[in-house]
Amino acid sequence: MNLLIRGAHLRFPHQNLDRIGDVLFTHGRVIAIDPPDTSTIGAQVVEARGAWLIPGLCDLAARLREPGATHKADIRSEATAALVNGITHLALPPDSEPVIDSTAVTELVLRRAREARGATVHVIGALTRGMGEETLAELGTLRAAGCIAAGNIGRPIGNNNVLRRALQYAASLDVPVHLQAIDPWIGADGVAHEGRVAALQGLSGVPETTETLALARDLMLIEETGVRAHFARISTGRGAAMIAAAKARGLPITADVAMPNLLLNENDVLPFRSAAHLRPPLRTANDRDTLRAALADGTLDAVCSDHQPHDADAKLKPFPATEPGASGLDTFLGLGLNLIANRVLTIEQWIDRAAIAPRRVLGMAPPLMEADALPDFALVDVDRERLIETTTMASRGKNTPFLGWRLAGIVRLAAIGDRLYVRGEA
Amino acid sequence: MSLQIDAAGRLKHLLSIDGIPKTVLLEILDRADALRSVALRGNKKLPLLRGRTICNLFFEPSTRTRTTFELAAERLSADVINIDIGSSSTSKGESLLDTLSTLEAMHCDLFVVRHPDSGAAHFIAEHASDGVAVLNAGDGRHAHPTQALLDAYTIRRHKPDFAALTVALVGDLLHSRVARSGLTCLGALGIGELRAIGPRTLLPPTLDELGVRVFTDFDQGIVDCDVVIMLRLQKERMRGALVPSESEYFKRYGLTQERLKCAKPDAIVMHPGPMNRGVEIASDVADGPQSVILEQVSNGLAVRMAVMSQILGAGIKEAA
Repeated sequence: MNLLIRGAHLRFPHQNLDRIGDVLFTHGRVIAIDPPDTSTIGAQVVEARGAWLIPGLCDLAARLREPGATHKADIRSEATAALVNGITHLALPPDSEPVIDSTAVTELVLRRAREARGATVHVIGALTRGMGEETLAELGTLRAAGCIAAGNIGRPIGNNNVLRRALQYAASLDVPVHLQAIDPWIGADGVAHEGRVAALQGLSGVPETTETLALARDLMLIEETGVRAHFARISTGRGAAMIAAAKARGLPITADVAMPNLLLNENDVLPFRSAAHLRPPLRTANDRDTLRAALADGTLDAVCSDHQPHDADAKLKPFPATEPGASGLDTFLGLGLNLIANRVLTIEQWIDRAAIAPRRVLGMAPPLMEADALPDFALVDVDRERLIETTTMASRGKNTPFLGWRLAGIVRLAAIGDRLYVRGEA
Repeated sequence: MSLQIDAAGRLKHLLSIDGIPKTVLLEILDRADALRSVALRGNKKLPLLRGRTICNLFFEPSTRTRTTFELAAERLSADVINIDIGSSSTSKGESLLDTLSTLEAMHCDLFVVRHPDSGAAHFIAEHASDGVAVLNAGDGRHAHPTQALLDAYTIRRHKPDFAALTVALVGDLLHSRVARSGLTCLGALGIGELRAIGPRTLLPPTLDELGVRVFTDFDQGIVDCDVVIMLRLQKERMRGALVPSESEYFKRYGLTQERLKCAKPDAIVMHPGPMNRGVEIASDVADGPQSVILEQVSNGLAVRMAVMSQILGAGIKEAA
């Protein structure tokens, strides 16, 4: 069955494609842009006037909770939820249970992901065995099994010597690393940004220095080892400034920021809102503004959802006892459009930071809108709004601090390869 | 925080001092004045809360605080249930919400809650059924509003002109719910100058933004103080690399007679208890003429009777 998307606003800025057009495609292939009428006979027509046809979004961090925590979510539910929300690619951090440090776990995840027929899942393997502090993970074996990078996301490595060796080894194999700059000791028991709100609420704080100290160390080791590195979830303005300075020195690094840190700040934790218990935490309004500017000017290459779905019980406790993280797939696109509406990003910048740059980080070419290309796009009604409520979220994790927000953007259709989501068709 | 105050401006729960209007704070202090004579006369009970059930729900051990709440409830003729949960259900894996719904089935009117997590009282108030009130008896590092009120009450009995006073809180403010509620309460009641004194490791980083003068040197900070509130130093602070030893702490931050001389001559000394003698306070100061520490304990009874009867809507006139 061929589908014809008619009259959509094609927005592929990296191709200089910015106009109204028709797209004829079938499972696994774009047939033609602006096809002649004769070739569209029999095609199912999607009237798309007013809608944007954009590259499928690419999310650099989505926890799928499988293996290990399938009471929260699973690969099928979340890979599907991603596609439904216009995200065609997602990267899975290695901190599942067990961690992704073996061929067996990598293959299990990739097989389940293929069976899910949702977004394409890219696996980041562990940098060290068990994400611990003693031995290196088998990076060559992990790459052969399908991991696209190695990282310490969510489990900081305190031992400088082990980290240095891991980066040297990754550089030898030319395996890119994803590092999350968190000092393992400073603020380790913290649950909120160390600032005014934490002081008032009696919450143990996560100081800025937990990020900047780890970042300074990591940058030194990157410079020394020459490893290709990506910094995950920069949360402070000072951290963003350090990334800018390192890039100016010519270091081969990229960096991302989590969407909630661009929209919210420490005050959103009040009064003890466990949905806003995040790690890294929501920081000050100044940090938020600096992160916004850094994303706009490209210091931060990409924005990710940092999707962390939880079961209801994980958040139904006194604040410090709740698990950190927010479900992010269902709000990723709408909050991006919110950033455009609030003049934080231009449309072109948003498409780059949420779709093109993340692919570059993962070593993928940007999707092209042209005949014979693989379908990799989303059709979005940008003039229609959606109320964020638990009943309409596609993810199994309903833990979002954006509950009750009205966000623009309804995904009408999303396609990746031969997988297709069409709104209203189950 | 409208969770605490209902549409008519009345106190629904007492979770923290933050968000309670000054008028309500003063109303509680005045009510405590009216109840004080009853609180001090052991054999007299008031019928204010007859037929009401108050449940003391303690998720961490505390004999002192629990006893004053229990006594306060009994003096108001309420039925009292004491439940120590620290060692029972939650450690067996039962969730806080399960515990709560089990207890609600007993039809309590008021939960008096102490819990090791900041925000626990808010959480319970959010999930409690309509008509069940929550009184925070200390949640983690967050708040201990009745302690703050009894401290304010004690200060008022000695030095009623709040605007002219300089009050210092000394010691471990970072981990102290007493300090947090105290600063908020005394600030709201219009104390002239609030000071925080302690090493940087035990002070929250943004106190100056909250209008508090911060001193790391006790000898400077105590100069001309009218009220000195000493805070308890927990033993585990040594392990967290926050202070090196009890003896060094006492030298730098312990209240001695010598230091107290730098405060105003009629300054009063307070401590929420339990005290570590020789760690944050010298025995001769604790037992000396300027100490009002024992008076704090008996005032605590009056203040807790006031808060309980106010939350449960008992008119004070019936008491006369």
